[in-house]
This record gives sequence, structure tokens and C-alpha cells, in this order.
Amino acid sequence: MCVCPGPRRIGIPVRSSSLPLFADAMPAPTQLFFPLIRNCELSRIYGTACYCHHRHLCCSSPYLAQSRLRCTPPPAYATFCRPKEGWWQHTQGRRYASTPQKFYLTPPQVNSILKANEYSFKVPEFDGKNVSSVLGFDSNQLPANAPIEDRRSAATCLQTRGMLLGVFDGHAGCACSQAVSERLFYYIAVSLLPHETLLEIENAVESGRALLPILQWHKHPNDYFSKEASKLYFNSLRTYWQELIDLNTGESTDIDVKEALINAFKRLDNDISLEAQVGDPNSFLNYLVLRVAFSGATACVAHVDGVDLHVANTGDSRAMLGVQEEDGSWSAVTLSNDHNAQNERELERLKLEHPKNEAKSVVKQDRLLGLLMPFRAFGDVKFKWSIDLQKRVIESGPDQLNDNEYTKFIPPNYYTPPYLTAEPEVTYHRLRPQDKFLVLATDGLWETMHRQDVVRIVGEYLTGMHHQQPIAVGGYKVTLGQMHGLLTERRAKMSSVFEDQNAATHLIRHAVGNNEFGTVDHERLSKMLSLPEELARMYRDDITIIVVQFNSHVVGAYQNQD
Amino acid sequence: YIRTGSVFLAQTQDRLISLKRINSRLNVIGIPSEIISPKKVAELHPLLNVHDLVGAMHVPEDAVVSSADVALALASAASQNGVQIYDRTSVLHVMVKKGQVTGVETDKGQIECQYFVNCAGQWAYELGLSNEEPVSIPLHACEHFYLLTRPLETPLQSNTPTIVDADGRIYIRNWQGGILSGGFEKNPKPIFTEGKNQLEIQNLQEDWDHFEPLLSSLLRRMPDLETLEILKLVNCPETFTPDMRCIMGESPSVRGYFVLAGMNSAGLSFGGGAGRYLAEWMVHGSPSENIWELDLKRFGALQSSRTFLRHRVMEVMPLLYDLKVPRWDFQTGRQLRTSPLYDRLDAQGARWMEKHGFERPKYFVPPDKDLLALEQSKTFYKPDWFEIVESEVKCCKEAVCVIDMSSFTKFEITSTGDQALEVLQYLFSNDLDVPVGHIVHTGMLNQGGGYENDCSVARLSKRSFFMISPTDQQVHCWAWLKKHMPEDSNLLLEDVTWKYTALNLIGPRAVDVLSELSYAPMTPDHFPSLFCKEMSVGYANGIRVMSMTHTGEPGFMLYIPIEYALHVYNEVMSVGQKYGIRNAGYYALRSLRIEKFFAFWGQDLNTLTTPLECGRESRVKLEKGMDFIGRDALLQQKQNGVYKRLTMFILDDHDTDLDLWPWWGEPIYRNGQYAGKTTSSAYSYTLERHVCLGFVHNFSEDTGEEQVVTADFINRGEYEIDIAGHRFQAKAKLYPVTSLFTHKRRKEDVELSDLHGK
Repeated sequence: MCVCPGPRRIGIPVRSSSLPLFADAMPAPTQLFFPLIRNCELSRIYGTACYCHHRHLCCSSPYLAQSRLRCTPPPAYATFCRPKEGWWQHTQGRRYASTPQKFYLTPPQVNSILKANEYSFKVPEFDGKNVSSVLGFDSNQLPANAPIEDRRSAATCLQTRGMLLGVFDGHAGCACSQAVSERLFYYIAVSLLPHETLLEIENAVESGRALLPILQWHKHPNDYFSKEASKLYFNSLRTYWQELIDLNTGESTDIDVKEALINAFKRLDNDISLEAQVGDPNSFLNYLVLRVAFSGATACVAHVDGVDLHVANTGDSRAMLGVQEEDGSWSAVTLSNDHNAQNERELERLKLEHPKNEAKSVVKQDRLLGLLMPFRAFGDVKFKWSIDLQKRVIESGPDQLNDNEYTKFIPPNYYTPPYLTAEPEVTYHRLRPQDKFLVLATDGLWETMHRQDVVRIVGEYLTGMHHQQPIAVGGYKVTLGQMHGLLTERRAKMSSVFEDQNAATHLIRHAVGNNEFGTVDHERLSKMLSLPEELARMYRDDITIIVVQFNSHVVGAYQNQD
Repeated sequence: YIRTGSVFLAQTQDRLISLKRINSRLNVIGIPSEIISPKKVAELHPLLNVHDLVGAMHVPEDAVVSSADVALALASAASQNGVQIYDRTSVLHVMVKKGQVTGVETDKGQIECQYFVNCAGQWAYELGLSNEEPVSIPLHACEHFYLLTRPLETPLQSNTPTIVDADGRIYIRNWQGGILSGGFEKNPKPIFTEGKNQLEIQNLQEDWDHFEPLLSSLLRRMPDLETLEILKLVNCPETFTPDMRCIMGESPSVRGYFVLAGMNSAGLSFGGGAGRYLAEWMVHGSPSENIWELDLKRFGALQSSRTFLRHRVMEVMPLLYDLKVPRWDFQTGRQLRTSPLYDRLDAQGARWMEKHGFERPKYFVPPDKDLLALEQSKTFYKPDWFEIVESEVKCCKEAVCVIDMSSFTKFEITSTGDQALEVLQYLFSNDLDVPVGHIVHTGMLNQGGGYENDCSVARLSKRSFFMISPTDQQVHCWAWLKKHMPEDSNLLLEDVTWKYTALNLIGPRAVDVLSELSYAPMTPDHFPSLFCKEMSVGYANGIRVMSMTHTGEPGFMLYIPIEYALHVYNEVMSVGQKYGIRNAGYYALRSLRIEKFFAFWGQDLNTLTTPLECGRESRVKLEKGMDFIGRDALLQQKQNGVYKRLTMFILDDHDTDLDLWPWWGEPIYRNGQYAGKTTSSAYSYTLERHVCLGFVHNFSEDTGEEQVVTADFINRGEYEIDIAGHRFQAKAKLYPVTSLFTHKRRKEDVELSDLHGK
């Protein structure tokens, strides 16, 4: 019997015998489309049942353990994690009682699900002196996990120029991705700040004056920040800039963005690890920092400043540039490398970093130590700390942690930690006028869609939105009538079919609803979206997408200046 | 130039009315024009589709010129007269010493000069700001598109008229055998908000998608053009101002710094005339016509925010071809200056208009009433608020109303000795040496005896005065006072506009409300008319109470330090309840004012009208024992008689419900002969008639020369007012109708409903 968490990132061999109990209850995929849609009671049946996903062959179920790691587990859910015979009987009875009639979501319902998390930001055209090379961005996410483990962030650097955008894919809970989404941009922004600004901020803190704002966040109402940890996070950040101030020798005034990104990533991961080791007198915070450290997150962050685009990637999210060729067709340029088993260089790196005798065990079944899919990540101290340290922290930690199967479990073949790093790979790209947009997305998207299709769909969508290139008569023979016909056609095209106002939503619609012909099939979309929360994860991963649009005029003008 | 004539098309009845109004005004200033039928339009232009037209206005003498040629001609004429023109030279900034222009710093060196004229068009704003003491010239550019085509197969005759299809937002004219057509679209694209910007200049490209609505409208008007080949779409930014009128005149802050800019894309047609007035202004100190409406000083620093300008011009540019109806308020750039009571009043249904950035209530919509949407409410006929204002006016007449009039410009002038009195006596025509506590209505005149400002001055103490002027006088009046005040005297001039909230308590019961709130007797014996006292109202102390209402109705103005505004307002409203108090707005005020023949500066009065010409001899004390500005001119006028006279007209055979309403600018005919134009109008709810104010001239029948106007001349005439081509009979009055002042309600008319709270 094989019970596995599907595309879940971490698999843990099961020692507990309580789980197979539910194997019988494992539904065939066809049953999914029964009337259990969003039916709380029934959907819970599948909460503990697991469906064997064809992609990853590992036998495990982290559910029991993982539910403890979730940041806000629904209280009801927590209790269901403890198997109870009576409960099972009861719900099964209910299932047969419900009418087996087919139920589909109507298009408006589908839209409201797809649009629940959509967010758009347009850089104000009247924004100070800078004409931005970024027109704006669309972002959206579709949960598969409950709660969703993906996070996204977007912010404008206020003390330096440039805009930061990032997607974060959490695993083993959302604590780490949440923390990274809140904190990483501050670390980057601070790393980019000139010495004088750092001094000014530090002096302001010291003397109790108002601080210079560093970031202007562009958040969806659902993107929350932790209030409780804010003080703790600030202190760590302050320590960081204090060190930056101390380190400054006054010689190099130019700040290298690449270096800043790398330093910020590493520093934050280090702080996450340290905070968990030190703990916090407040029991809530103490538990929080531990959850953050024991869960993990990948990050893919873009920094756009004028024509300079840097992508810092840690893990298997991806940044894809949409390039419009002269003939109007679209091609995709990948700006990040996945850090997973499909990346030869990553395999190579891991083998080099560890003794030869570990060559076979470092990556097993395409996973790090046979467990973790991404080869780089924030948090995941289980792959970073020494066994001693792990044991010490867990023992001195709160009971919740101690009871937790997952945290207690030490990866097999764990000889020469750390096995995991948060150090990003930074790609630089100088924007050209033909670079129209950048798609940042977690692997939930890239698993379901080919990059070429992603770029084509977004490209066509965006040009549909602004009716392709502006028309220029330039020397051709065009009559007023012809021109009029052309223009009315363009306008009609623009106002008609596009029900999505958001490129990311449009992309998710395709990712989830595409049939074999590459067009959105409403029936399929409806089925996919009506999967019960706990089942959705078997069919897809959390999807988070940010589509950044560039202003070709501005980019072109920059180019002409040189 | 080529005389082609022009045809203004009307697709709707409202547009036709608007054209008819313009037509009657053109005719009286000697420009031939006529309203023609669609059929006639088709005869004038072979390509026009006239099926959807209701009429048009034809101006046969209009002509087409080439802007480049005109500019060149002007330049060469100037050169012949000794003007040096420096090509490819940019002005860096203007040098100023002690508030006077001394020269210009260019990228090729300095040029000394006494006068500087900023004609930098869309860059005038930037250039103004480049000064050490910035000169605020509020204007902003928008992209403007026009289309050029290749020649038609059978080219139009060179005298084919220019077409303006305002409802279609386009103009069309003959251009080198082809067509030139552009327009003022609904969604203009503002540009150069941040000043001269290379990036934006590079991006000034054809934007066909943006032009699409205008192209559709062109092809609808001239369907035969379908096959005509495009030459190019030109994108050429034009400059617009916040009120669609150009900007000229001297800067209030720098002497010798003149401006002529912001032509709202009429630069070519107005350039010559505007240049002439500006030259007169520079040479004689003032132009020969009243151009207050174009004066730079009508704006202040408050209109110079880039954001404001950007937003406002997006509204102004389409307005060029929008239907212009009475009582239009700009929708953008609002809520900049507000009274502390704004929210309170807004919650009670206030509808707002704006003057000099200040929000003022027009009227209060009762909770049970709905008004039309903005676009539908546009009308030349009876407006939808008619009954609302009627009830407000009625309440002013019978009970008491509160109008928030905080927008008025308020200055305080104090001195250590008698300097304040001396200066004011010199500046004002009336005698200000009155006992403390008195209020004097007086004009601030110029050398020609014309009104620079019309205000009320209260003597607060022996050495300090409180001066109330119209809202838009804030910049102008300040500049005028500063210009005429000795520099080193111990005079203190302070703008206290923002310090006071002004409430106007109008109505017979205002007395009761105030006395109840102050425990002080307010009857005329204790508090005569035109008196000013500081007293307490409610808990608040130091409220300046003045027994005047700007309408001729009984009541009081309360000048309240703003922190007390809400308190006093609440007290007044709660105590006033039993007297039937309610809020009222400026429309009610206006109706009350005009029916009482109260002229208003900026509308009826201007720098070229003297007190004698509007029956205000009583406000001038020629023999007050000292000279004042304009005295000589007035003396002379007194001797020679006046050449025009402000007169009140009561429309007789006008049906308020069915006829077009008067607005302003309607021609006045005396015994069938053109005699002048109206300056303002309002419906008088008391007289149940429309009242217009306007100046009557006496043009000689033979020579057209202006002759003296006497009271007798006025009284002996038969008058008609021309509203959009229809003449209405009018009774002329030189003094207000007296019955209005002794309004008394007869006992038997009292109804139960009078007991309702209003």
C-alpha cells in the first residue's frame, strides 16, 4: 500500500500504524466529482486520506505530523487528525445519504474563486520625478493546501530606486514562507541602502525620532503581517544594519545589487536559525520562531530598477521573461535556475559539498536526502543544524514541538550538515524594449504549464488588453476608412471576451482549466475548483503568480540614452 | 489669409440654443453671422452629412491663416520697429531686485531689462517657477491630435468653410486640397506634468487608438472621406488653463514681470488682440478693456499644484467642445479649501460650487428629494433645483437661514498710529473716518475711477480695520494694497481669510436667534444696521457680529474664529429650530441680492465701471477732506455725466417654465436699438419674475458714438432682452423695487405648514 502526499515537498517514512487505516477510504479519482463540493462535513473524509500521486514515489504521510506545523490550523481539522472509528462511520453514512447529482460551479462562482486573491498595482504615472520602467503588476494565488503555503510580496524601495517582487513557496507549513514574505524585502532594502541612510535610520532609532520609511508595500488584503513578531523581526533587522554600518570602511560607495541580494538572503536565513536557537521568553513567539525555522520556504525575488533586472532565486520557483519578437510572436527567457534534482549543476554542487561516500545518499529519489524536493530553501533547520543542536532545541522547546513527529525526526544519512542553504542564485538581465513582462511563479504553475505556453498566454492577454502595438501609418497607403475599420476592430477586441482584469488570474484560469487543446474548459475548471480543500492538494499545488509589466517606452528611452 | 467662413453644427436642440446665444452676441459686436438650416449647410459644403443636424451657425467672414506665416509676419514687423530676436537662446531665469525685474539670464549671457513678458506657452509654468521668487502661472499641456490627409480627387474649393462639429468633438478644414481635422476628445492625455521632459517629447507619437472616436466622428460627418488616404496624424501639445481662459497681466509678486500664455489652443485667433491689451497694460498701466477674467491675479498659489493642473486640464480640454450651460461647476480639483463646517453641511444635503478653490454651498437638497444626474441637469431652461432654492429664499424672507460664507477674502489692517486710516482714506472712495464699530461699503478705485475691488470695511478700533472682499480678490486685492502702501510705515496688513468662518444669518428672525444665544439685545435700537460688535455667541467669545447680510435682507454676518465654528453653528441651528431655521446656499443669496439690485464685483462691476455708473454715489465721498485714488476721474464724470448706467431689468413676458432663462451677456435693446449687455441675472421669487442687471449705453443713431446716459434716458426707453434670438420685454429700474424692503406677511395667509420646522 502506498500512501503518499503527492507532490508534497517532504516525505517522511511512516512508522505510525494508524494511518493505513484510511487506505480503504481512499477514493478513486472519479469519485471526486461527486457532490462533495465545499461540503465541509464530507470533505473532511479526505482530509486524512491520501491519494497516490504518480509523480513522486515515496511512501509517507506527513499529515499527522504536519498539522502541528501549520500556522493557523482550523481547530476542527486538528481534531480530525486523530483517527476515530466512530467519526469515520458517521461521515461515511452521511456521504451515501447525499444526493449523487452532478454539481458544477457556474461561471460567476468560478470567477469569484479565481479572483478572491487577485491584486493589481499600477505604478502611478504621476509618481515623483521617476518615470518607472515598471508599468505595474498583477498577482494572484490559488490555494491547494489549506491553509495555503505560498506567499507573495511586492514593494517599492523608497530610499533607493527600484521595485521588489517575490513569490515564496512554503513547505511543512506556511510559517517560514510567511516570515520570509514579511522580512526578506527589508533585508534586501537595507542591504541596498547607502551608508549615510543607514546611519540616519540608526540615529533616528537611537534618538526616538521618526524613521525613514524604507518600503512601500503593495499588498492584497489577505496578505497579512504578523503583529506579534514585528518587534522581534525589527530587532534582528536592526542588528543587521548596525553590522552593515560597522562594516562600512567608507571605500566602496557603489552598492552591488547582486551582492546585496545574496547577503540579504543569507542573513535572513541566518537570523531565522538564530532566533530559533535563542528562543523567546514569550511562549507564543518562541513557538512561532521554532515553527518558522522547522518549516521551509523557497524564494524567487525580482529587483527592477530602470533597465536593471536582478532575479534572486532559492529553490524551484521560477522567473520567466516574456519577450516579443519582431514578428509579434512570444518567446520565453528563463531568468532563474530551479534548484532541484533536474538541475545537473545543483546535483554537482551537492556532491562536491559533501564527502564522496555520501554521493549516493545526498540525493535520493530526486530529493535531498530522499526527502526534500528543493535543494535550496529558507528555514528547514532539520537539514541545516547538527543533530545535537536539533535535539537540544526540540527538548528545550515547548511541548507542542516535542510531540511533533516531524520535527523530532532526523533525516536519514545525516552526516555532514548543513545540507541545505538559502543562498540564492542571482541572474542579471538588462531590459530591452522587447522584454514586455516578467512572470514570477511558484512551481505550482510550472508543473502544469510549459513555459512557452505561459509566456504566450500572458503575452496575448496583455496585448489584447492594450491592443497590440500602437499603429503607425508611416508611409503606407492607408485610407481613412481602412484605418477606421482597423481601429474599431481593435477596440471591439479589447472590450469583448476578456473577463479577467488580471493577467495572473488569466494564467491561473488556463493552468487549472486547460484541456488537451490548450483552451480553457469550463467544466474542467469547475471540477478542479470544487475539489474539497484537502483533496485539491492531490491534483495541484498552491499556485502563486506575479506578472510584472514593463514600460517599453521607458526602457527604450533608457537604451537610447546610452 | 483665405476667407472661408465657418459653420458651427448643432446635433441637438441644446447645442442650437447655445449657438443662437453666440449668434446674438456676435451680431451686436458687428460680426455677421446667422443661424441656418441643415439644408443650407449642405449647400455650403459638398461633403457634409447633414441628416442628424438640427441647425447650424454660419459665420461667413471667418478666415483661415497659417500660424507659421502669422508668426513670421509679426516677427518681421517687430524687427522693423527695432525689436531684436534671439534665436535658439533659452532663458534660464529672470533677475529680480527688490521685487522689480532687472534683467534676464539666458544661456548666452545676461540681458538687462525693465519688463519681462513670459510667453513661453506650455513652458510658462516652469519658467515662472525658475524665479527666485516663483511666479505662479497655472497652465498645463495636453496632447492634441489632428489628422492630415492627401488631396481629394476633386479638391475642395479653397473657400469651402471650416466646419466645427462640437457635438462630434471635431473641427474640419480644407488643407492643401485634402482635409485637416482634429478635435478635443473626452479623455485627453496630459503631458509635461513634470516640466520639459525629453522622454515625453520622444514619445509624442501618433496614437491612433486614442484618435479613433474622433475619426469615427469625422467619417460620420463626411462619409465620402472613407477612401481618402492618410498623410499623417500630428501630435502637437496645446496648453490649457484651469478655467479655459488665457492668462495675461502682471505678476502680483514681481513688478515688471508680465505673462501672456495659456491660450487653450486659440493662440492664433486671440494672439493679436491679447498682445495689444498686454502692450497697453505695460505702457499705460492698464488695458483699455476689462480683462479681469484673463488677469493672472485671478489665480493664486493654490492653483499652481501640478496635480491640480494635470487633473483640471483633463476636464478643461473636453470642455472646449462641451455644451456650455449656465451654472457649470468644475468637477476636478475640488475640495481644496473648505470651511470647518463642510462635513456638517454636506451631510445635510449641501451641493457645492467652487470659487478660488473654496467650496461653497449652492443649495441644500432635502432628504426626500432627488436631483438629476450631472449630465442630465445641463439645461438652458428652468433648472431642477428651482423649488429647492425657492423654499430657501422663502425661509430667508420669513424666518431665518444660515449660509456659510467663509470663502470671502478677509484682511486686517492695523497700525501704530493713524497710518491705517490715512492709507485707507487714500485707497477707498467712501469716508472711513467713522466711529468705531461702523461698517462702510466702499469701493477701491483706480485712477480712472473704476472698481479695483468692492468691499465692506469695519472699523474695529481707532487703528484697525477689517476688510471683506469677494473671494477671488485674495491675490488681486493683496497686490493692490501692497502696491499702494508705504513700505516702511508701521502698517500691518494681514490676510485673515483662513482665520474666520463666516456665517450669514439672513431673515427677520435672525435677531431672535442671536439675542437668545448672546443674552444681549439685538434690536435695531441697540444694534443698528451696518454695525460691528464683538460679542459672545453660545459659549464662544469674541465673535465678530455685523449687522449686514450682503443681500439687503435683515440679519447678521458672524465672523467666527474657526475653532468655534462648529460650536456656534450647532448652537445657532439648535436655538434657531423654533424660529424655523434652515441651511441655505449661494443660489438663494444670489436671487435675493439681484432682486435688490446689489451688484457684485467680478460679475457686474469691474475695473472700468465707476460708482457713478451703478448708482452708488452715496458710497463715494468726494468731499471727505482728502484726495483718494480715482477722485479726479469721478469729479470729472460727475460733471460730464456717465456714458453707461447699470440698470435692473424685470422681464415681463417671460415664462419661467417654458422660456429660455437669461444668463449673462444677453444683448439689451432700447427702443429696438442695441444698448448694451446684461451682466448677471436671477429669478426673483418675490417678484415672480426674472431680474437681469446690465449696462445701458447711449449709442448715437448716426455715428454709433457713445453719449451721456441720464436717468431720464433710461426711464424713457422701452427695453427688450435678447435671449438666444428671442426678445423679451423688460422694465428698466434704476433703483430697487421698494416693496421688497417692506415685506410683511398678512395674517390670513399664515398656514399650518408654517409651523413646521424647515
